[in-house]
Amino acid sequence: MAAAVKAKHQRLVLLVIALVVLIGAGLLAAWALRNQASYFYVPSDIASDPPEAGRAIRLGGMVQEGSIQRQADGVTIDFVVGDGKAVVPVRFSGITPDLFVEGSGVVAEGHMMPDGTFLADNLLAKHDENYMPRELADMSDAQAKEVVAETE
Amino acid sequence: MHGFANPARFLRLARWLTPLCLLLGLALAAGALIYGLLFAPADRLMGDTVRILYIHVPAAWLGMGGWTTIAIASLVELVWRHPLANIAARAAAVPGAVFTAICLVTGSIWGRPTWGTWWVWDGRLTSMLVLLLLYCAYIALAGAAQRDMAAGSGGSRVTAIFGLVGAVNVPIINRSVVWWNSLHQPPSITMGKSAIDPAFLTPLLIATLGFSLLFGGVVLARMRMLLADIQAEARLRRKAQKAQMKAELSAGADWQ
Repeated sequence: MAAAVKAKHQRLVLLVIALVVLIGAGLLAAWALRNQASYFYVPSDIASDPPEAGRAIRLGGMVQEGSIQRQADGVTIDFVVGDGKAVVPVRFSGITPDLFVEGSGVVAEGHMMPDGTFLADNLLAKHDENYMPRELADMSDAQAKEVVAETE
Repeated sequence: MHGFANPARFLRLARWLTPLCLLLGLALAAGALIYGLLFAPADRLMGDTVRILYIHVPAAWLGMGGWTTIAIASLVELVWRHPLANIAARAAAVPGAVFTAICLVTGSIWGRPTWGTWWVWDGRLTSMLVLLLLYCAYIALAGAAQRDMAAGSGGSRVTAIFGLVGAVNVPIINRSVVWWNSLHQPPSITMGKSAIDPAFLTPLLIATLGFSLLFGGVVLARMRMLLADIQAEARLRRKAQKAQMKAELSAGADWQ
């Protein structure tokens, strides 16, 4: 009986050590991947380490308020993507996704041009983690608080 | 826990727990889905697309929960040699894989109108696809180990080790949207805080509870099936041995 308990403990200790090593290895790999596995660059990455013009990259950030300007041809738009520290001007021709609005997140696929503008071939809208009913979003903050207080 | 080491006692419990989990889960999930799909409000940006949340999020949680079950059962099998652990792990693999597949498909359908793409290779989507592939590998390995065991050599330990090693992917899925920039949004529900309005959160939580009960019911039903399989196989083997013995005896009698 004692031998059986001892064997059990031995297996448990061995497995725990194996698991700790395994998780450590996984975390190290994930840490080493932290730049390579990112899906896009943010504007401050581009400001600190500008990628060479013409290399295919993705740029992600928030569409700055009031920055969307539609050009005379009707399909080309200019806007500015920022992350709170740096901004990058972007130009895109084509159909934008429904969620592409000022103040929301966007991921643009394309390349930098020599003049520092990002020329996007494709736009992906990024949804943030907030989910809110339409009725609440349209109200002012004070109105929304009132409704929440009533329903609680 | 060792009270359940006796399969007969487990089967007595599972006999009434299985239909209870399945029926209650079905009622809760159906109720939450009907409310969520027809009566819950639309989102301020996504509109009606948000309703896929009530299937996508529980499926994602259960996909990860399924592998967590496999990992815990594998640990119990390797350390304590619990006779039901291997069966529980194998029973959780198929529903886990199904929920992971549902999560990937609904996410893709949601991504097309919301992001403008069916699929991107970002951290969250890729690690979730890896989870589905791990499930497929686990199911194949467990099937091979089962045939090995029937042939007389133990093979379930390799399956258990694979179940534990594969568990490394679960925290990676969970953290993928925090560690790396990804197209998938960061977690909405973190320790006691939710960025999801209560109008969406209540049906979501009820749907999650319902799907979890369904998951539990399917695991119990599959455990009963696997136990019955083992029993049937043992009975067949005994019968074959007896027949062989009889044949040998009568052959011996003829020879004399």
